[in-house]
Amino acid sequence: MARAAVQRRLSWQVATVDEFVDETPRVKTIVLEVPDWPGHRAGQHLDVRLTAEDGYRAEREYSIASAPGEPVAITVERLEDGEVSPYLTEELRPGDGLELRGPIGGYFVWDADGGGPLLLVAGGSGVVPLRAMIRHRQRSGSDTPVRLLYSSRTLADVIYRAELDGVGDGVEVVHTLTREQPPDWTGHARRVDRELLEEVAWPPGEGSIAFVCGPTSFVEVVAKGLVELGYPPERVKTERFGATGR
Amino acid sequence: MEPLDGNAIGGLLHELFGAEMTTATGVCAGCGAVAQVAETVVYVQAPGTVVRCRSCTSVLMVVVERRGVRCVDLLGLVSLEEAKVAPGS
Repeated sequence: MARAAVQRRLSWQVATVDEFVDETPRVKTIVLEVPDWPGHRAGQHLDVRLTAEDGYRAEREYSIASAPGEPVAITVERLEDGEVSPYLTEELRPGDGLELRGPIGGYFVWDADGGGPLLLVAGGSGVVPLRAMIRHRQRSGSDTPVRLLYSSRTLADVIYRAELDGVGDGVEVVHTLTREQPPDWTGHARRVDRELLEEVAWPPGEGSIAFVCGPTSFVEVVAKGLVELGYPPERVKTERFGATGR
Repeated sequence: MEPLDGNAIGGLLHELFGAEMTTATGVCAGCGAVAQVAETVVYVQAPGTVVRCRSCTSVLMVVVERRGVRCVDLLGLVSLEEAKVAPGS
């Protein structure tokens, strides 16, 4: 399937919005019905295109939040100064059309037979493609051990919180809250640094693969830290997204 | 705005080359570094898309759109080869 997807022509098509799931006050998951969808791999993204009445177009990439085999879904964080995300999270309604193309990408992907153990490191909405990987692992019956280190500003900003609390066997989730912590918080309370990585990461070697997704500055710190811990650079897969203007 | 990486232009490159290109391997004309497109440094803010080498910061690729026509400059690359088999498969 993967090879067929590689050769496939990438065309814009109109999907239909099926439903919305509130993840946090600023983040929603949009479940879509895509008529011509060849199937995707965990970690891939899609491009969304909005066209204004005067013909002005804006395009954005969104990671696919669902596992292969599940309905296509994206998770969108509303950025106050954004051109696209306020429309997607505030204006769009179930039944509306949404122009998109995908699936896109072959580098930041994990297949159930792709090896591991997996170290997943997320900054903010960088958790979205990593959530697709975790769901893919569960759905495919894989026993690959997974650790997710997930950095959020506050507890209220944690996306997929209930789902991650219940992932269960073989998946450990370690949170760090960088800006504000509840009074009874026992988790980490600082930005991801080398010490935190050393504490959470699988030992390098033994097949460990790291996937790191978040804002550019976050990804740089984490990727550098993992290489310093002995991870071969080719086993640290990175995906950076813009923190503003999205 | 901070730069992104080659994952961000997967759709654009698929449109231009007709294939998945984030796993394609490029060789930098400036320093000879070999990297997958996903690993490059990408500036997506107008007036165009600029792709730079993560090792030496040389410009590898520029894509500009003008009146609906895409101009692609690959002079910073010695070679750009599509991945034969998807990684992990």
